[in-house]
Amino acid sequence: MAKVRGAVVIDKEKCKGCGLCVDACKFQVLQLSQNVNLKGYTPAFMANAENCTGCTNCATICPDAVITVYRVKENN
Amino acid sequence: MELEDIIKDENIVFKKTKLLNDKPLSYCPGCGHGTVHRILMETIEELGIDEETIGIAPVGCAVMAYEFMEIDMQEAAHGRAPALATGIKRVYPNKYVFTYQGDGDLAAIGTAETMHCCNRGENILIIFINNGIYGMTGGQMAPTTLEGAKTSTSPYGRDVSTMGYPIRITELIAQLPAVRYVTRQSVHTPAAVRKAKAAIRKAFEYQSEGKQGTCFIEFLSNCNSGWKMTPAQANKWMEENTFKYYVPGDIKDNFKLLKNPIIE
Repeated sequence: MAKVRGAVVIDKEKCKGCGLCVDACKFQVLQLSQNVNLKGYTPAFMANAENCTGCTNCATICPDAVITVYRVKENN
Repeated sequence: MELEDIIKDENIVFKKTKLLNDKPLSYCPGCGHGTVHRILMETIEELGIDEETIGIAPVGCAVMAYEFMEIDMQEAAHGRAPALATGIKRVYPNKYVFTYQGDGDLAAIGTAETMHCCNRGENILIIFINNGIYGMTGGQMAPTTLEGAKTSTSPYGRDVSTMGYPIRITELIAQLPAVRYVTRQSVHTPAAVRKAKAAIRKAFEYQSEGKQGTCFIEFLSNCNSGWKMTPAQANKWMEENTFKYYVPGDIKDNFKLLKNPIIE
């Protein structure tokens, strides 16, 4: 069965660390970083990358449009 | 499969629309303004009308909207965006014209302009961001602030006996016969954002038909800085409190009033 794998790329310097994407993700892929970016925000990052399905929920809720989503079908 | 195999240009399913430029948005973290900016620009890009669209920026938090949107924009005096949009639409009847206004701009200082523009049925789209507070100037009470809500100018909560009731301007506008489409949307969850985007698309499609009739979309947004909450808390608070007074959903479609719990 084909399995869907996804990945997100977050523009670390533009992310304001609001955390809405963390709440919107159903698979707990995203978390807020402990490190700050140049503006002093704690950007989101992919903590559990293997769970991502590329559903685009995080990018849909992101107010600053910093998330790019990728998706592929993986054949086992 | 490694991440490098997934992160390739041919696998992109979502990326930032090219109609939003690379300047960082001037809004607070988690503000609904950014989401509305994005879905508005995405819709314009999908419809392929970026060359024919003219936007009117307001005064308020979104005063710098023209800095971020890569379309033709004009800045209006406080509350006067519908008047300016009227002029632009009458000079260029084939262009798509929208105004983007907050609750201080549209529901307070610009009430007269908004009402009369809608009463004339100008063929424009009015986008109204309702966060129930004056966000830019430091969280003062707005006409749309909920009863009992604490703001910097109503520190004991809004008292309706002296300060009046929160104004449901969207329902008022829906009563005007020249208004074609009135809806209230929100941008607090991914599902709500997708619905809101569909509403914007519908409004632009109505405008393209060239018939008279104003389209009016209210967006319920959080103001986490003004409400003194985290973005996630603010969205939850909005769902629990704001939605009871400002009920989301379509209010008027194609000149016909729909079933609405508030009107009845």
